[in-house]
Amino acid sequence: MTATTTITTTVLDVGEAAPNSQKPVEHPIMDTLTQSTETVGQPLCESATLRMRHVNVFYAETQAIFDVSLDIGRNEVVAMIGPSGCGKSTFLRCLNRMNDTIEGCRVEGELTLDGEAIYGPKVDVVPLRARVGMVFQKPNPFPKTIYENVAYGPKIHGIASRRADLDEIVETSLQRAGLWNEVKDRLDKPGTGLSGGQQQRLCIARAIAVSPEVILMDEPCSALDPIATARIEELIGELSENYTIAMVTHSMQQAARVSQRTAYFHLGKLVEVNDTEMVFTNPQHPLTEAYITGRFG
Amino acid sequence: MEMHFDQHISRQFNEDLEGLKTEMLEMGGLVTSQVADAVEALANADSALAESVLEIEEEIDRRELNLDEHATLIIAKRQPTASDLRMVMSVIRIARDLERVGDEAGKVAKMALAFSEAGSAPRGYTEIRHIADAVRNMLNDALDAYTRFDVTAAMDTLAKDTQVDMDYSSAVREMITYMMEDPRSISRGINVLWILRALERIGDHAKNICEQVVYLVKGTDIRHSSNSNNS
Repeated sequence: MTATTTITTTVLDVGEAAPNSQKPVEHPIMDTLTQSTETVGQPLCESATLRMRHVNVFYAETQAIFDVSLDIGRNEVVAMIGPSGCGKSTFLRCLNRMNDTIEGCRVEGELTLDGEAIYGPKVDVVPLRARVGMVFQKPNPFPKTIYENVAYGPKIHGIASRRADLDEIVETSLQRAGLWNEVKDRLDKPGTGLSGGQQQRLCIARAIAVSPEVILMDEPCSALDPIATARIEELIGELSENYTIAMVTHSMQQAARVSQRTAYFHLGKLVEVNDTEMVFTNPQHPLTEAYITGRFG
Repeated sequence: MEMHFDQHISRQFNEDLEGLKTEMLEMGGLVTSQVADAVEALANADSALAESVLEIEEEIDRRELNLDEHATLIIAKRQPTASDLRMVMSVIRIARDLERVGDEAGKVAKMALAFSEAGSAPRGYTEIRHIADAVRNMLNDALDAYTRFDVTAAMDTLAKDTQVDMDYSSAVREMITYMMEDPRSISRGINVLWILRALERIGDHAKNICEQVVYLVKGTDIRHSSNSNNS
């Protein structure tokens, strides 16, 4: 008797639960998570400096990046956005093999800079990182003079050794970084004595002193005040005339202001890449929409 | 893409956007009844009703200013993007159209006052009634489509403007014929033309609202494009 009742109840429960469990009432946006995440938009372009195809990144057993394909065009600024832990910084760090220093990190897929494999067996990472420079979240000038901060790269890469050549590189780099007028009279003072915004521009000058093709920026303004941020953003616009720039940012407004294309990452997948204007006015993927409009729980 | 304006992390943002939309739709309701009242005042030579339409017109102007201010504040505080941004932009644009519909209703009310003072009903009422019904329905349907984010309904409503424009042209031709037959009717005939013109413009504004529904939901701006510039 008792057993029969129990069974009947169970059957009823299942019958009632089934339609409920299929109903995406909780959060319609999250529902799309389970769908296939082929990148929406235009991840590829014709004159690509950096070409990434089917990139997978693992930290030991954990996969951080899933089958990401993306091009970064010549003189283009591409912004990568997404919630914390979405893999955007991991992906950025693949582009000049910064992940090599992390134990257990494995990068799969095809990554090329001007057609040459970034992870090729003969690639020396030192010149690679000269070609693909990097600017970090926190300004990290060397504990040396302003002059030495900029001259150091060209010296060790053998780009210049004569004082006159170095002087010229230091001046043009600082000028391009928009810092020259502020520091030209105190080049022999320590770089660490500058303000945060100036330090970050010094780091940019240091990166461009070795004539890179690409500059990677990992949240370059998140430690800066709005004025310093505005100067860096202005600078990014000017730099893009000569360099290809890939940047990770947590500020969506910044992505909207400085980039030509915006890539939205979510849980290690590249969800959408499109013209920045498109992404911020009419995103094609519901996840992008949810993120940029602040609908994520 | 589905429209959800109640799922932001910030509850205040949800409320701001919902509030903006509600405010706009309330203004829409008020404006729609203004059109109905103005035409009613004209048909029944009801000068009191016409006066009240003119009074409420100021209220509508005030609401447009409020909507603008609230939309500006949302932009300043939230930097809306994507559908949120389109929502704010569409509300700003629709508020402007609604305010102009209010103006047109005011013009009709003024004519109603003039006619009620002059006494007898002039020719052309049938045409006025016909076009007034059509544009009032358009306005209703346009706001309804906005409420439900219904692009199909918006496109259907938008298409009706062509018929309104044709009816307007034929009503104008008819009025010209009357005026040629009886030159004494010219001054009244011209007033009827003004009314017809005002009503026809209301149809155009309703069409603009429909275009904003498409913009809000689809993200495409169809203003001045081939499938909407038949006015």
